Parts: sequence; C-alpha cells; structure tokens
Amino acid sequence: MSDTDAGLHLHDASDHAPGDEPATGHEIAEGLLGYIVGLFLAALITAVAFFISGTSLVWGPSIPLALVVLAIAQMGVHLVFFIHITTGPDNTNNVLALAFGVLIVFLILVGSLWIMYNLNQSMTPMHMQMG
Amino acid sequence: MSIAARTTAVGLGGEGAAPSVPHELSELAQKRIIVGYGFWIFLLSDIVMFSAFFATYAVLVDETAGGPSGRELFHLDIVAFETAFLLLSSFACGVASIGARAHRDAMYYGAMAVTALLGAGFLFLEIREFVGMIAIGAGPQRSAFLSAFFTLVGCHGLHVTLGLMWLLTMMAQVFAKGYRPDILRRVLCFALFWHTLDIIWVAIFTVVYLMGVAV
Repeated sequence: MSDTDAGLHLHDASDHAPGDEPATGHEIAEGLLGYIVGLFLAALITAVAFFISGTSLVWGPSIPLALVVLAIAQMGVHLVFFIHITTGPDNTNNVLALAFGVLIVFLILVGSLWIMYNLNQSMTPMHMQMG
Repeated sequence: MSIAARTTAVGLGGEGAAPSVPHELSELAQKRIIVGYGFWIFLLSDIVMFSAFFATYAVLVDETAGGPSGRELFHLDIVAFETAFLLLSSFACGVASIGARAHRDAMYYGAMAVTALLGAGFLFLEIREFVGMIAIGAGPQRSAFLSAFFTLVGCHGLHVTLGLMWLLTMMAQVFAKGYRPDILRRVLCFALFWHTLDIIWVAIFTVVYLMGVAV
C-alpha cells in the first residue's frame, strides 16, 4: 500500500468524521467541486444579504426576517459543503450532535430575548409613566 | 514516512478498534472518526458559548447610553471585505484539507498559506476597526451596547488569532513529520475549527452589522 493510497482510503468503515467526504475514487476533483459549489452558493447568499440590507426595494420591516433566513441558509451551505454534514446513514452521530447544539442555541437565544423583552415591558420607568 | 512509523502512531490509540477488523486501515479510520467526532462536540459547545454572547448582544443592542449606535459606527464596505476574506480562506482551507489527504505538497502548503494570508487580512481589518472605534471614544466602556459588541466580535477575533497560530503549527508539523495519520487528524480538526469560525462570522455580519445598519 503506497502513501497516497493510505491517505485517500480512510473511509472503509461505515461512519464519517465531520469534515470528511464520502470516498469515491476521484477525491481531488470531486472534493474540489464540492468546495467550489459551496463557495459559489455562500458568496451568492452573502451578496443578496448585503444588497437587501441597503435597499429600499424590499418592504422595510421584512428586512430583519429576510436577513435571518439568509443567514440560516448560508450556515446550512457551510455545514453541507464545507463541513460535510449530510443526512446520510453514515452521518447520524454528527447530525444528532448538531441537532442537540442547535436546540441549546435556540433555547439560549429565544429564552434570553423573551425574558428580557418581558422585563423591559413591565419594568422600564418610561412604560410606567405612559401607563 | 515509513510503514513502521505509521503503525506505531496507530498503535498509540487503537482502543476503538474491534478485533474483527485487524486491518491497519480500518483501525486508522476508526480513530479518525472518533477524533473528528470529539472535536465536533467541542465545536458545538463553542457555538453554544457564542450563542450566549449573541443573546447578550441582542438584549443590549439598544442600550447606547447616549453614545454612538451601530448605524453611526459600522462601515459595511469594510465588513464586506472581512466577509470575503473569511469566506475565501474557508474555501482555501477546504482545498488544503484535500491536499493533505492526497499528500500533495504544493496543494497543501499553497492552500494553507493562502488561508493564513486571508485570515491575517481579516484580522488586520478587524483590529483597525476596533482601534478606530476606541480612538473616537466608542470603546467597550462607553455603553452596554459597545461592551456587548466588543465581547462578541472580539471573542470571534480571538478565535481567528488562535486559529492562525494553529494553522502555522499544522504547516510546520506536516513539514517536520510528514503526512502521518496523527498529523492528518490534527489537520482535520483544524479545518473543522476554521470552517466553524466562518459559520459564526455569518451570524455576526448578519446580526451585528447588517441588522445594525439596516434596522
């Protein structure tokens, strides 16, 4: 077994490490293609996000939601094309860990914003004066 | 790299290998998957830590205490360059990990060098932005908004700085020790780390910069 072979065939086992790609036999060309597609999609989404943030073509109040949706889409592109997280059966552990991470992130973000919004509603002096 | 050295490196951590797969490469793949998975768990915990900083920032973003707001401080053209640098460096890092797995020197060292230069360019722009803000009295002590801003964006910048040091270490280790399995596992972990930094930057340029200026 030559050095090059050893480097390219790390995927005889049925699981994937995150960041690794499925073995096919044309690793360099196919690997490059994946990264190029990812780069193109990410650049496209980024450009749209920067455009939307500065335009008056889109209804103003919808801009924050649009930006959040674009950001989540771009994170998905990075996860799939750069970190190679897929829904395949060899990726279950990675996806489960990711799902747990996303759950915690969601709880921290939404929980903090929800609680602090309610506190602001009921505790700011200005609000009490107006009420 | 000789087969003997390769086997020794595998033998150091072969506890995950089942007796039914005595083949050296199966054992090797096991170890690579375990290490990658463990580092993925660490990265997710790092993302959870960042989510707390994001929550803090989102809560405090309007508390400017009479000081400057994001709309007055942020320059989206600089942010666009930072974003482009980091995205391209993430791509170059992907090319480098292909080069490492295929044992191609030119591809690995070239792409790693490009990754490092783009990362350094990002860091230069970010430090220049911070210095400029502090110079006009908009430092972290000015308002709760700016404290949260410097904590969140500065923490990401710190990660990029550590990542750059790690990157140079990985170039030196491959140069000194060759494409050994244990070195390749470290390259894998570094690539995961670098890609994750770009994911966090996506959240930062959206939540901090674009929403700060647009909303």
